[in-house]
Amino acid sequence: MPAIEAKNLRKTYGALEAVRGIDFSVHRGECFGFLGPNGAGKTTTMRMIYRATPIGEGSLTILGLDVGVGTNDRAIKRRLGVVPQEYNLDERLSVRENLTVFGRFYGLRGGPAQTRIDRLLRFAALTDRSDTPVQHLSGGLKRRVQIARGLLGDPDILVLDEPTTGLDPAVRNALWQQLVELKRRDTTLVLTTHYMDEAEKLCDRLVIMDRGGIVAHGSPAELIAQHVTSHVVELHIESEAELESVRQRHASAVSRTARLAERLLLYTDRGEDIIQRVVHESPHVVATLRRSNLEDVFLEITGHGLEEAA
Amino acid sequence: MKLPGDVDLRMAWAIFMRNATEYGNTWRINLLPNFFEPILYLVGMGLGLGYYLADGMEGQDYLAYIAPGLCAASAMNGASFETTYNMFVKMTFARLYDAYLSTPAQVQDIAFGELLWAVARALIYGVAFLIVIAAMTAAGYSLLSSPWALTMPLALALIGATFALIGEFFTSLIRQIDLYSYYYTLWLTPLFLFSGIFFPVSRFPYGETIAWFTPLYHAVRLCRGLCHGPLDSSHLVSAVWLSAVCAVLLYIVPIRLRSRFWQ
Ligand SMILES: Nc1ncnc2c1ncn2[C@@H]1O[C@H](COP(=O)(O)OP(=O)(O)OP(=O)(O)O)[C@@H](O)[C@H]1O
Ligand SMILES: [Mg+2]
Repeated sequence: MPAIEAKNLRKTYGALEAVRGIDFSVHRGECFGFLGPNGAGKTTTMRMIYRATPIGEGSLTILGLDVGVGTNDRAIKRRLGVVPQEYNLDERLSVRENLTVFGRFYGLRGGPAQTRIDRLLRFAALTDRSDTPVQHLSGGLKRRVQIARGLLGDPDILVLDEPTTGLDPAVRNALWQQLVELKRRDTTLVLTTHYMDEAEKLCDRLVIMDRGGIVAHGSPAELIAQHVTSHVVELHIESEAELESVRQRHASAVSRTARLAERLLLYTDRGEDIIQRVVHESPHVVATLRRSNLEDVFLEITGHGLEEAA
Repeated sequence: MKLPGDVDLRMAWAIFMRNATEYGNTWRINLLPNFFEPILYLVGMGLGLGYYLADGMEGQDYLAYIAPGLCAASAMNGASFETTYNMFVKMTFARLYDAYLSTPAQVQDIAFGELLWAVARALIYGVAFLIVIAAMTAAGYSLLSSPWALTMPLALALIGATFALIGEFFTSLIRQIDLYSYYYTLWLTPLFLFSGIFFPVSRFPYGETIAWFTPLYHAVRLCRGLCHGPLDSSHLVSAVWLSAVCAVLLYIVPIRLRSRFWQ
């Protein structure tokens, strides 16, 4: 039985189709990602999963429980942990008070509750801030409290909507480590993110959503293999005219070219050849060769910020 | 433990405890005004205005006449504030209810938990008032003259529940916090003035008839009966009236709130 299974799942807000008939299935113990541009429907999908909003059409089954049956909601939520996209901590209370209050919703009270909270505070590296009122915490610290809160009920599935937005690189890395740790303990992770490196590191499988639909799915490696060439030659050229002329010159030799501001990207499976040609023909241009990554897939598929040629 | 309407008492209790925790951090600052308010009214209206009312009101000393009604009104105020402004802020700006709803708690638990807390606040306000009245009685003012006064906290809890639920109902309807100024100016203030606290409502044509359909009138009548006696069936009618309003709103409010969150 999969942890989560959606079939033809839909959701409309008035005339707006936020999610238009998506199918996906999350295996137990894996990390499953949702990527996609702003407004693609990721948060809407998360909210349907964590029972903050009714589903429109289709079916959604969580840990074998059908969400179409309203009386299942409590049971589903009991086994879910949620880290929402927006901060919704209790700003008037301290970190420990927040966790104590929310622990009661999961039946945690008294000494055992405090033992568990101490463990979560250590996990989120918040022990020395436990008595600080939440309103005095920085955004990154608040995010960590939210993550600790999401884990209070010892969830089978942890839903994280952009968990690392606003975190500094060190904290992001620490959080990734913690998520990997959770996964090792068989927690199913469902995650949305705008950071492609994050998705690539954490997700076993992922889907890319665009305008309410799923436009690609697979493991990061599969997606890269399916949608882009193995390598990219990146050129930094400030002059518009020169960028265009370099692009004309090499377009026919590569699979595809793309532009991101003053960067010119040459997609190719013959990276070594191409970079040597470029360096030879335009010696003053800064050129780097790298392997393709999920960001290339994302840009290729959703097409945003991208000008196509070749 | 489950109540009718799928209310999980443990969840409601968690919400009560959240509010109690917040109050616990600030009660030293918050509690004192609860004692000033009755003193100001009793001194200003009872001793000040009452001085010019040599015959008292309805055959009673004016101070003793207004004390029970003021006590009812303080319970009304305590409960109202919790389920109007405070609840609105928690529901919208602070997104707290979104956070509760992503735990096993459901909307009806929130409505019931906030109700429990508002009743507690009504009791804090009302009992502070009672303590002042009792102290003045001990000092010779005779503001309490019936042994039934000992059951006043029960009446205050009922009054608190009624106004807490009316507040929750209004909160479930509005989208802008500014609309509470209507709730206070066009609803609570008229109730305060025309529910028989300061003078009998029969002063105005149909006064009694109209007032019968409003909650504070029954609250005042019940409190006056308990503080001074003699009790008769009219006091039972008032208690039943308030309980019936609570029952109806307990049914409606979770439905209204749910339609707001469950979209
Ligand atoms: N409560 C709502 N009422 C009306 N429209 C909504 C509501 N919530 C979301 N939408 C709309 O649904 C669409 C999908 O929004 P959603 O929040 O799911 O996007 P997202 O993929 O999470 O985007 P982001 O990356 O910006 O977080 C958007 O057009 C959004 O404006
Ligand atoms: Mg989102």
